[in-house]
Amino acid sequence: MSSEVRFRTLKDLPAENYLTPGNPLCAGCGGMLAVRLFHKVLGGNVVWVNAAGCMTLLMTYPLSPLKSNWLYTAFASAPAGAQGIRDALDVLTAKGKLSPAQDLKVVVVTGDGAAYDIGLQSTSGAVFRDLDFYYLCYDNESYGNTGFQMSSSTPFGSSTKTTPPTAGSPAGNPGVKKDIFELWRAQRPPYVATLLTSQGVDFMRKVDKGTRIKGPKLFTALAACPTGWGYDPMDTIHVEKLAFETGIWPLKEAVDGVVRHTVVPRKLKPVKEYLATQQRYAHLFSPRENPAAIGRIQEGVNAYWDAAVREEGLQVSLVE
Amino acid sequence: MTDKRLLTGNGAAAWGARLAGVDYVPAFPITPQTEIIETIARWVGEGAMGAKMVQLESEHSMLTAAGSASLAGARVFTATSSQGLLYGMEMLYNISGWRAPILLVNVSRALAAPIALEPDHNDVLAARDSGFVQLHAETCQEVMDMVLLGYRIAEDRRVRLPSIVNLDGFFLSYTRERVELPDARRVADFLPEYEATNPFSAESPVVKGSAVMEGDTYSYFRYHMHASSLRALDVLREASDNYHSLFGRSYGPVEPFMMEDAEYVIVMSNSFTTLGRQVVAALRSKGTAAGLLKLRMLRPFPAKEVASFLKGRKAVAVFDQDIAPGSGGIVYPEVAAALYHERNRPKVILPVIGGLGGKRMTLGELETIFDDLRRAESDASSPEAVFMMRREELERVRGELATARGGTAP
Repeated sequence: MSSEVRFRTLKDLPAENYLTPGNPLCAGCGGMLAVRLFHKVLGGNVVWVNAAGCMTLLMTYPLSPLKSNWLYTAFASAPAGAQGIRDALDVLTAKGKLSPAQDLKVVVVTGDGAAYDIGLQSTSGAVFRDLDFYYLCYDNESYGNTGFQMSSSTPFGSSTKTTPPTAGSPAGNPGVKKDIFELWRAQRPPYVATLLTSQGVDFMRKVDKGTRIKGPKLFTALAACPTGWGYDPMDTIHVEKLAFETGIWPLKEAVDGVVRHTVVPRKLKPVKEYLATQQRYAHLFSPRENPAAIGRIQEGVNAYWDAAVREEGLQVSLVE
Repeated sequence: MTDKRLLTGNGAAAWGARLAGVDYVPAFPITPQTEIIETIARWVGEGAMGAKMVQLESEHSMLTAAGSASLAGARVFTATSSQGLLYGMEMLYNISGWRAPILLVNVSRALAAPIALEPDHNDVLAARDSGFVQLHAETCQEVMDMVLLGYRIAEDRRVRLPSIVNLDGFFLSYTRERVELPDARRVADFLPEYEATNPFSAESPVVKGSAVMEGDTYSYFRYHMHASSLRALDVLREASDNYHSLFGRSYGPVEPFMMEDAEYVIVMSNSFTTLGRQVVAALRSKGTAAGLLKLRMLRPFPAKEVASFLKGRKAVAVFDQDIAPGSGGIVYPEVAAALYHERNRPKVILPVIGGLGGKRMTLGELETIFDDLRRAESDASSPEAVFMMRREELERVRGELATARGGTAP
């Protein structure tokens, strides 16, 4: 069965829930939605390998909301934890000490702090070794679990607890968000994809595609974060939709390094519409608007899509 | 028929892993350990070892993979030195907390800065509170035997903690000695197949390394780890008896040398112990009641054995090949604490620090420690720590200092 057939509409979402209700994460957590959806597509035979972050709190002794296996490793080395488990399962199966019927999938789940910063070396190593594993990054663009500090995934213009807007840096974070998709793709793993839970069918198709590929399969899902970003928890899907419609979070994949946008916003909305939904960007609008900073964000989005239109022949109309 | 070979300490460690029938070897190179993983890589490539070997991108990742593979059911061997041990230090605490009984060989090397290559024990002793069982080797034979004993202790359900086997870089790692290798089939009688506790499973999933939010729960697990570590003393005795009956060699947590009627005793560990033995034997022939107590197991610390061998002696020197700046030797306070409640404890417990960064210890230099012991015994004030350096060494260093300041090369 091909992915195109298995997931045609949201009605094809598997009914089985492996992440059950009742856990200590924040209401409206976009990361938790991503884990839930990811798990539905993968099925139950999973070992999650976690690095320090919000999802670490899914497992607070003695409770577990998961119907699958879990190992918390350390901040920097979840992919190495996946390496040990995959290798052990393979060598024990080869020696006849483990039934092939176990057929466990090994899935790293980390936030952007681990994926973009402290764990990037470990991820690069696992990709280099062609490890057969999944990596799901829930990207809330900050160190969220420690109370919303800057990570190298924090976009230009976001305020965080460690990049507050000041006279010297009125836009808040002066740095530019790392392009983790391109960093991952640079090593040519067989599959890299971006995800959004607000685009459920695209999400499911990509994860499903990963299940038919051997080797490293790396996914990064924008994970809207009501607590850190500052919006009402009921608006998570709304905020993620705007990230898609403004072109801020492109949905794409790279198969053996070849990039293709999978769902495309035909007419980009101004980034202002996305920024205005969140407290982390409030300083760009009040006490007076910062047109230079907002303009720079818009220009960045336009430049991205301008290049994508030329390279892939897409139909996207940019914001004037 | 017994198989006797000339092996380096590194070669002996690799043979230990091979005879233990390990499933998995995550690796990363560092001097002076590298020969171990090179040897294993060759054996795995030739099919002489049925393990999977993977080279990671750091010791931190290497140890993460070692621990997670152990939880999944593999018998895991790995090795490092010095900076590598410290780079992976965070994971040592995780691996013991996971109760993953891996075996890690540490080939001791002094810590930067300044960067150095030759051994002292600041590296391995930095791991003393990690929950790993620690066995320290004097000879290449001990290295090989300790790998097998280390697995037996680590995997015993009364312990279920990882083990470190320590050997000195250069002095042991690159020195060839005769090593008797046991028959692989009989090793299986000594070391039964490793069975992980609740490994990852499709039908009955498990959670490992869960967050613990309450201090009482955390305390419970930590106390439990401490109690398990202490049980390693009895398990070592049991395993040693079994090892002796199979292979003719036995290893207690401490080893006395000429301790009968000894009045002046030096406490040592690792490769310099061999020199200490020579000094003690020479002193005995000159009529001095000298003795030596070798520490083989550093964790759990064999306090009872140490006290029972040292009580009633006139004066004891603790030779630390390590330094805790601002405190002194690292092993010294542990020996002193073990003796505190003994009514007839030695009048003098002298801290001695020497051999840092592989500084050579001559027999004459070690012998002066016994002079210091006698002097301290007759002196009423509490003894000051002794820092070993020979006059010609100091002169040489002063020459280097002058050169570094821009003088002419010596």
